[in-house]
Amino acid sequence: MTQIAGTGTLPAAAVPRGARHSRPRDSRSSRSPAKSILLHGTLIVASLIAIGPIVWVLLSSLKPGYAIQSSDLTLVKDPTLANYRYVLGETSFLRWFGNSVVVAAFTMAVGIFFSATTGYALSRFNFPGRRPLMMVFLVTQMFPVAILIVPIYTIMANLGLINTLPSLIIANLTIAVPFCAWMLKGYFDSIPTSLDEAASIDGCGPFATFWRVVLPLARPAIAVTAFYSFLTAWGEVAYASAFIQEDRKFTLAYGLQQFVPQFNPQWEYLTAAAVLVTVPAGIVFFFAQRHLVSGLTAGGTKG
Amino acid sequence: MTTVTADPAPAPAPAGRRPKQPSRLRRSWDKHWYAWAMVIPVVVVLAVLIFYPLVRGIYLSFTNLTEANQAAEICTRSITGSEVCKPNPNRWEFVGLDNYVRVLSGEVGEFWQWTAVTLIWTVACVVFHYGLGLGLAVMLNRPMWGRTLYRILLVLPWAVPAFVSAFAWKFIFNERFGLANSLLTAVGIDPVDWFGDWRTSLLTAIVTNIWLGVPFMMVALLGGMQTIPAELYEAAEIDGATPWQRFKNITLPGLRPVSMTVILLGTIWTFNMFPIIFLVTEGQPAGESEILVTGAYRAAFEGIRNYSLSSTYGVLILSILLVFSVFYRRMLRKQGEVW
Repeated sequence: MTQIAGTGTLPAAAVPRGARHSRPRDSRSSRSPAKSILLHGTLIVASLIAIGPIVWVLLSSLKPGYAIQSSDLTLVKDPTLANYRYVLGETSFLRWFGNSVVVAAFTMAVGIFFSATTGYALSRFNFPGRRPLMMVFLVTQMFPVAILIVPIYTIMANLGLINTLPSLIIANLTIAVPFCAWMLKGYFDSIPTSLDEAASIDGCGPFATFWRVVLPLARPAIAVTAFYSFLTAWGEVAYASAFIQEDRKFTLAYGLQQFVPQFNPQWEYLTAAAVLVTVPAGIVFFFAQRHLVSGLTAGGTKG
Repeated sequence: MTTVTADPAPAPAPAGRRPKQPSRLRRSWDKHWYAWAMVIPVVVVLAVLIFYPLVRGIYLSFTNLTEANQAAEICTRSITGSEVCKPNPNRWEFVGLDNYVRVLSGEVGEFWQWTAVTLIWTVACVVFHYGLGLGLAVMLNRPMWGRTLYRILLVLPWAVPAFVSAFAWKFIFNERFGLANSLLTAVGIDPVDWFGDWRTSLLTAIVTNIWLGVPFMMVALLGGMQTIPAELYEAAEIDGATPWQRFKNITLPGLRPVSMTVILLGTIWTFNMFPIIFLVTEGQPAGESEILVTGAYRAAFEGIRNYSLSSTYGVLILSILLVFSVFYRRMLRKQGEVW
């Protein structure tokens, strides 16, 4: 990896010229053509690797079954939408899709709410129990699902939630909220407390300050939280396979496994289904991606 | 609203304003009730769904509970239709450290081999995640044409659900018609039976996970870079520092807080990364490419579900991670980082 495809080839040329940009290295002019090519070349290769598998699955999903199972290297062969027609029409795909949307949407909404309130309290109030709670959030990341799944199953059964979508929403929240609260706490830390003080002078209580002043400013971090909790719920397999017993209540992540029997995987349908599953995640990503960098920044810097 | 004063910063309480001092608990409640109100739902849910299961799991690891012996009573239906229940003679019981002995001695599962594979897997994934993430972040952190487009494309794998990525890469590494072998054949190399050897099998999983995990690192580090003051770079440039010197002496130290957090989180997440190994290698060949979490899952849940065994593995995995984070923090503190 060329981490240092050089910027200032001529130190003399890098003397500040009038108004400087805020960018650390405004060296567009000083980058030699060779280095430009190297930089863009590396990035293009990396981008191709990043999107390659997605594109390959997309192209494969348009091929008929016999073409997928051939070892010839062809990008497009007898393009057809038959795989999609089968997946959408002949399986419970749409029902599972609906289930997944419900689970993911609720996980996202409830997750944002709880992570935001918790993150705000952790950031602003020095209450007893604050530090232990921070540690607990980190430690929860270490628990393997294998240890939790049986006792959680028992609890859900006692609450009468087995085989319902709320059980999945609650389980997903336990995965998503600790990390999101941690991240949001970092972001709230970067919002000056003088704003809170001003709001409180204007007569806002702590809850009003949070809702009207701080939350709107934390939009980037909220976007990342939304993205993260949506994806967590959208791709969760372990709890879904343990808690849901009826075919019509499966989520996509689990239902899709029906296409992969041990000995005769139906790759053509699997590829089409994979594309269809990725689309909603892609839409959420599209709305969140602008905020990803700034939203995650503060969360990462403040441990 | 109440009379509670907002206390945004941990400033000393306005002493002397109250005529008489209520009890300490009462004051603490008055001062902090809204903070507690804000965290209480999360605390309750975590307590019920994480800590109770954890305690229960630790307890179960000292018993021999399985699917077969969990019933307290065995009920049989007699000819007349009424049910007769007797206490289960083989009911699960407390067995002390038996499970740990069996797991650590290799009687059930392959604890030590799985641990070795897990270490290779975790180290390889985290090193590549961090290295590639850092390299790409450095490149994306400079003004150039098409920067936004590159960033979107490079972050895209993050948006693909893990199980879909697993399918996609398993498809690519298929021995007969996968893209990987087609490409190898096209350049004149013999196709590889990826899942026939534990090393290549593990390699496929590592490649998948690297592809999946680089975007998170890249985005986190990119964010961290943007918090480094530009003046530092300007000063260094005036002093004639080379790009490498600037990277080593400004970028890396500036990224330290972010790096510490993401490396710790990345290690924990990778260590417990279930779907990739489970779906991509499926432990092939013959369970040799399992990591601890997947191996434990298969040992405990295939056939008769062995709850006590899964708990034993869970406790062992958690202990390894706890020991690791304690050492990690101690190491950081020794280097003067208070985290």
